[in-house]
Amino acid sequence: MTTAARGSILYLDGVTVSFDGFRALNGLSFVIEPGELRAIIGPNGAGKTTMMDVITGKTKPDAGEIFFEGNIDLRRYDEAAIAGLGIGRKFQKPTVFENHSVEGNLAMSLAANRSPFATLFHRPTDPERRRLTELLETVGLTRLAKNPAGDLSHGQKQWLEIGMLLAQDPKLLLVDEPAAGMTDAETEATAVLLKQIAEDHSVVVVEHDMAFVRDLGCKVTVLHEGSVLAEGSLDQVSANERVIEVYLGR
Amino acid sequence: MLLTRYLGEGGWWFLFAIAVIGIAVPYCNLAFQPGDPFYVSGFMVSLIGKFLTYALLAIAIDLIWGYCGILSLGHGAFFALGGYAMGMYLTRQIGDRGVYAHPVLPDFMVFSNWTELPWYWWGFDNFAFAMLMVLLVPGTLAFVFGWLAFRSRVTGVYFSIISQAMTFALMLAFFRNDMGFGGNNGLTDFKDILGFPIQARETRAGLFVASAVALMLGFMIAKAVTGSKLGQVLVAIRDAESRTRFLGYRVEHYKLFVFTLSAMMAGVAGALYVPQVGIINPGEFTPANSIEMVVWVAVGGRGTLVGAVIGAVAVNYGKTWFTTAFPEFWLFALGALFIAVTLFFPKGIVGAWNSYVGWMRAQKPDPLAYKSRDPLTLDSGRRGAPAE
Repeated sequence: MTTAARGSILYLDGVTVSFDGFRALNGLSFVIEPGELRAIIGPNGAGKTTMMDVITGKTKPDAGEIFFEGNIDLRRYDEAAIAGLGIGRKFQKPTVFENHSVEGNLAMSLAANRSPFATLFHRPTDPERRRLTELLETVGLTRLAKNPAGDLSHGQKQWLEIGMLLAQDPKLLLVDEPAAGMTDAETEATAVLLKQIAEDHSVVVVEHDMAFVRDLGCKVTVLHEGSVLAEGSLDQVSANERVIEVYLGR
Repeated sequence: MLLTRYLGEGGWWFLFAIAVIGIAVPYCNLAFQPGDPFYVSGFMVSLIGKFLTYALLAIAIDLIWGYCGILSLGHGAFFALGGYAMGMYLTRQIGDRGVYAHPVLPDFMVFSNWTELPWYWWGFDNFAFAMLMVLLVPGTLAFVFGWLAFRSRVTGVYFSIISQAMTFALMLAFFRNDMGFGGNNGLTDFKDILGFPIQARETRAGLFVASAVALMLGFMIAKAVTGSKLGQVLVAIRDAESRTRFLGYRVEHYKLFVFTLSAMMAGVAGALYVPQVGIINPGEFTPANSIEMVVWVAVGGRGTLVGAVIGAVAVNYGKTWFTTAFPEFWLFALGALFIAVTLFFPKGIVGAWNSYVGWMRAQKPDPLAYKSRDPLTLDSGRRGAPAE
């Protein structure tokens, strides 16, 4: 029902996805409020990535409802259209365009008309240049702006990808394991960066790393076998017996 | 001008070189007599003119393969369709000078007892209409084919296979006499083009110049496209298609745009090829032809445009020599060449040249750069062997 979704930025109700009989998502429901920072955790196979795929239009749900901004039915759109609506996604494995410069990656991500003819005749404008400078600073890659993105370290690629997300000027950011493969110092810097971003965006972070989730200091949703197991502050969910069972029992 | 910013120094040199060839070759053919050291024979004018149209075709293939990762193994179809559109115009120009001296119908139609010109031949007596068809027929086919394929997200080897099937199907269709395109004989025995006798030296020179101009234009268009933001998106699609989609780009629209543009360029190349070789027949649709074209681009170096031209000329020069000296070994040589390039020069001639230049620079840093270097990096500049 759309009435229940009113006022939320993202609303999932009873979302189910099966692959050859295996239920990757099983009646998944949760709500993200505008401006919220939310961490989603869960063991391997809990359905975190499938959840991202369903929200961003890569996978169509077999059942259930997904609304963006209360009344936009996301099931009716494909990836490009959903990105255009204002949902940005960062992948688990950092995927940047390796042959483009760092700056080029960001420039391609900037919010602008995405039609072939608009890009064919596109000229960089001053506001765009200013925005690029700003973004490069935010993700700390100013010094490497002209380098090919393929030369960046793993952590730097993660940041570049977060920068590319920001460049799209999305309303909702979906961030898949931003701290994977990072050093402790990088992980901390990433948490600071995400909290800073969450000041004026809604952010959903999927993560494995508990220390990182603690750094974020936000509401946590625990997924297990394709549905929500527990929801609350990190301390609350870590005290939840079923969560302990799921995490430690295997 | 919009284009100048994208050309760069190399681009200007390339245009200059083609302009010099475009003027010098016809001039040396017309102004000197056989026996003179500067004389270029009519055979050479036709041969180099043919290479120029192949070069344009190679640029068209590099545009989609080198920059957008679309490996079409059926591009010969667009080349041939452009060629047929031109061939139909030339056939209509024959008028009543055919063997059967029919005022309207071409010889092959009289021969197979056709009584009137089929509707799809209407308008081809008009040069402007025929030239429009040179662009529109390959363009429309590419648009429809691409729309179906890209919308269903057919990529990689699957796309290559269906593009190959497309050209094969067209070949079979054009072989049929009742298609009305002259069956396996195709269209030939052309008399004149725009009122000029097609065998005359002057007309041949004119066609040569037109081919050079078309190649230069095609190069400039390709440079403008690849140098624009759209070009950046194309490379992004080539490198990480799904990521590009999640950035909000409609990948299928971009592919469709560049595929259609490429098919139109191939059509123009075919249209200039036909009057210079004097015939168009369904053999141009053979899948092997399309594969050979891809080999040109691989040999020259993908994603460089200039490499595509170098590859087209080098392979075809080799083919001309080979098919005279050892005709039965040409296909083996072509296959061996393709394997060798894939194994040892994956970036083709241009890529190998670029690495060589880079390596030479590392060997002998030029004295000016040497002085201005940061003292910490001096050591790496002086090192005898490249760091591996």
